[in-house]
Amino acid sequence: MSILDYIYKNADRCWALTLEHIWIVFFSVFIATLIAVPAGIAITRNDRVAEKVISTANILMTIPSIALFGIMLPFLSMFGHGLGKVPAIIALVLYSQLPIIRNTYTAVKNVPPSLIEAGRGIGMGSWSRMKQIEIPMAVPVIISGLRTAAVMNIGIAAIAAYIGAGGLGVFIQQGIARAYDEMILAGALLVALLAIFVDLFMALVERLLTPKGLIVSRERNKCIC
Amino acid sequence: MIQYNHVYKTFGQGSDAVNAVEDISFKIEKGDLVVFLGPSGCGKTTLLRLTNRLIPLTRGNILINNQDTTTWNGVKLRQSMGYAIQEIGLFPNKTIYGNIAVVPRLLKWDEKRIKERVDELLFMLRLDPDAVKERYPTELSGGQKQRVGVARCLAADPDILLMDEPFGAIDPINREDIQNEFLAVQEKLKKTIAFVTHDIQEAIKMGDKIAIFQAGKLIQYDTPEIILTRPANTYISDFVGSDRTLKLLAILKVSDAMMAVHENVVSNNENTQSAHNKLRNNNLEFMIVIYEGRPEGYVNDEALKDTDTEVTNVTRPFTRVIHEDESLRDVMSHMLVSKVRHLPVVDSEGLISGTISYRDIQRCIRDIYKKNKL
Amino acid sequence: MHLLTFKAYRFTLLVILVAAGVFIERAGFIKYLSDPFEMRFTINLILQHINMVIVSISAAAFIGLTIGIIFTRPKFKKYSGVVMYIVGLGQTVPSLAVIAISMSFIGIGFKAAVFALCIYSVLPIARNTLAGISSVQSWIIDAARGIGMSECRILFQIEIPNAMKVILTGFRIALIINIGTASLAFLIGAGGLGDHIFTGISLMRMDKILAGAIPTTLLALFADYLCGLLGFLIIPKGLRLDEKAV
Repeated sequence: MSILDYIYKNADRCWALTLEHIWIVFFSVFIATLIAVPAGIAITRNDRVAEKVISTANILMTIPSIALFGIMLPFLSMFGHGLGKVPAIIALVLYSQLPIIRNTYTAVKNVPPSLIEAGRGIGMGSWSRMKQIEIPMAVPVIISGLRTAAVMNIGIAAIAAYIGAGGLGVFIQQGIARAYDEMILAGALLVALLAIFVDLFMALVERLLTPKGLIVSRERNKCIC
Repeated sequence: MIQYNHVYKTFGQGSDAVNAVEDISFKIEKGDLVVFLGPSGCGKTTLLRLTNRLIPLTRGNILINNQDTTTWNGVKLRQSMGYAIQEIGLFPNKTIYGNIAVVPRLLKWDEKRIKERVDELLFMLRLDPDAVKERYPTELSGGQKQRVGVARCLAADPDILLMDEPFGAIDPINREDIQNEFLAVQEKLKKTIAFVTHDIQEAIKMGDKIAIFQAGKLIQYDTPEIILTRPANTYISDFVGSDRTLKLLAILKVSDAMMAVHENVVSNNENTQSAHNKLRNNNLEFMIVIYEGRPEGYVNDEALKDTDTEVTNVTRPFTRVIHEDESLRDVMSHMLVSKVRHLPVVDSEGLISGTISYRDIQRCIRDIYKKNKL
Repeated sequence: MHLLTFKAYRFTLLVILVAAGVFIERAGFIKYLSDPFEMRFTINLILQHINMVIVSISAAAFIGLTIGIIFTRPKFKKYSGVVMYIVGLGQTVPSLAVIAISMSFIGIGFKAAVFALCIYSVLPIARNTLAGISSVQSWIIDAARGIGMSECRILFQIEIPNAMKVILTGFRIALIINIGTASLAFLIGAGGLGDHIFTGISLMRMDKILAGAIPTTLLALFADYLCGLLGFLIIPKGLRLDEKAV
C-alpha cells in the first residue's frame, strides 16, 4: 500500500513530526493541569463563581480553534511569536481548561460528604482525609478530564500546523497543497493512531488509579437490574 | 375469575434451573380480593406477572373467565386488566390526566368519556380533580401518587386488577388510610383482585381469601379467619405470628361478639327505687341508662340503693361508647385500661344496640376456633 | 460584600467588551465588512457554512438517534459498549484527519465535508441518546408494559420523551462542535467561513481573520441559544419543572 510505503520511505520525518506533536500536546496539558486543577478545586467553595467560570470556559470552546489561532496572531506577533509553537501551546492550554476544570470540580464535589464526615468522626485529620478519601475518589474523574483534554489537544495541534507549529498536521497541510494523497493519508493515519493510542493509554491509567471498590460499584450501577 | 392450572415457571436451564413457581392450582372467584402472601422469593410476584403474561409460562395454563391467557394478544390482555406496582410508576412526562388516560386512549374511548372517567376516579379516591389533573407526578406527595396509581389501574374499568405491593412505598400512617379507602372502593366496585404483599397484617385486613406461598409452592388457600385459626403447618403459623389470635381480633367486628340489649336498660327519668327493684329482680349487675335511645351511663346496685330520685341523677358515666363496626382488637385495647367490665355498643345512628365485655370476646373467639376445627 | 464582587464582575466584563470592540475596530474588521463586495461574499460564506452544518447535523441526528435507540433494545444491549467505542472513534480521531481522509475517498467539495462533519457529530448524539434512554427507570417501563402499552408505544411515548433532556444536550454539543469543525471544510474546497480565516492567516490580515472568526463564534452562540429554545418546546413540561428559569 502506498501509504505505508510513504511512511517507510520517510520514517525519519514521520518520527520527528510525531515527537514534535507529542511534545506540544504533552507540554500544554501539563501547563493546563497546573492551572486548571487548582482552579477546579478552588471553585468548589463557591457555587456561583463555579457556574460563571465554567460557562466562561464553555464559551471559549465555541470559538473554532483555527479562529483562536488567527486572533492571537497580531498580539503575539508583537513579541515575535505570532506563528509557531507558542500560540499553539497557548491556545491548547486555553482549550484544555474546560474539561479539566469541569471534571476537577465535579470530582471534588461528588465525593459524598457523608464519607468526609465519617472520616472526621473516626478521627482523621484533614490531610489524611485528603490523602485517603478525597484524592483517591476524585482522581479517576480528574484523569478522565485529562484524557479528554489530551485527545482534544492532539486534534487541535494537528490544525496548528497551519500557523507553523509543526507536528503531524504538516503532512496533511503540505499534502493538500501538493495534492499528494499518500502524504495526506499518512499524516491522517499517524495522527489518528496517536489519538487512539493516547486515549487507550489514558483509559488504562484511569483504571489503574481507580480504587478497586469504585470499579465494582460502577460496574454494578451500569447494568439495568 | 382467574383459574390457575398446574402452573410452572422455571428460570435457567439444566442443573441451574430454578422453579420460581411450582405446580400452582387454585381459583380466584369473581369479585374476590385474593392476597398472594409470602416472604421475598416465594413466587408470589412471579405468579402475578404470569397472569398478565409479562413473563411467559413454562407449563400449565391460566384461564381468565374460562379463556386461556395464551389465546389473547399479550398487549390486549394487559389492556383488559389493571396493573399497579410498588414504585407506582407514574410516567413523569405526562400529566396526571395523561397518566390515567393512557389505557382508555389505547382502547379508543372518546375524549369526553375519558374526561368524565378521570374526574370520577379522582373524586372516588378523594383527590380534588381540578387541583390535580394538570399537575405532573413530581409535584405530588407520596400518598397522592399512590392514589393516582390506583386510579390509573381502574381507568378503563377492568374486571380484574393485578396489584404488586401497591401500598408498599408509603409510610404506615398514610398506608392505613389508603387501605381503608381502597376497601371502601372495592365494596362498591367488587372487582376481582390479585393482591401481592409480604405483610401479614395487610393480608388479613385486605383479603377475602389469602393464598400463602413458600419457595414457589402454594401452601394454604383460605379465608383469613381459617388461616389464623387453622394454619396448615408450622411454616404458616410462624409466618402468621404467635399473636395470631390478636390478629384475628383485628378482623372481627363488635357486632360478632356483643350481647344484645334485653332487660338491662332503664330510662333516665325512671325512679331509682323502681329501677333498683328491676335490677334485683332480674339479677343484673348493672343497667344502661337510656335517653332517647342513646346511652347516658350506667347504674348498679351501689348507685341505686337508698336513693329516691331520677335515675339520671345517679348515673355513672361510661369511659367510652363502642360502635358496632369497630374491630374487637380496638375494643380489647380499651378494655385493658377501663375499670368497667362492660361497655355499651351503639349502632350507626348512635342508638344503643348491646353491650360487650371481655367474656363476650373470649366466647366469640372460642366459638370461631370450634367452628373451624374439623 | 457580594454586591461589590458582582459590580466588579460587571465592570470587568464591560472593560473587556470595550477593549474587544476597540481591537476589532482597529483591526479593520468593520471597515472590511462595510465594503459591499466583501459583505456579500461573507454572507455567501455564512450560507455555505450553515448549509454544511444543517445537512451534516441532520444526518448525524438521524444516525445517532437510531443507534441510541437500537442499542437500548434488549436484544442488542450487550453490543452497546463495543458500538459506542466505534462511534467514539469518530471523535477521538482528530477532526483534521477525518476531513482529510474523507477527501481522499470522496474527493473535494461539499459532499466530503458533510460526510466528515456527520461522522464527527454522531458520537455526542448517539451516546446521549443511549444514556438518556437507559436512565429511564426500569419500573416505569414495567408499569407501561403492565398496563398494556406495546413496545413501540413505550419507546415513543415514554422512553424518548423522558430522555429528551439528555438527548437534546447531546445534540447541542454536537451542533457546536460541528459549527467549529466546519471551518476546516475550506481546506477541502467546501467553502464556509474557514475561507476568511485561513486566507487571513496566510496573508497575515487581521480583518479577514476576524471576518471569519467572529461570525463563526456568533453562529455557535446563536445555535446554542436556539437549542435552549428548542428544549423549551420539546421537553415535556413535567420534566422541566425542577429547572431554574432559563
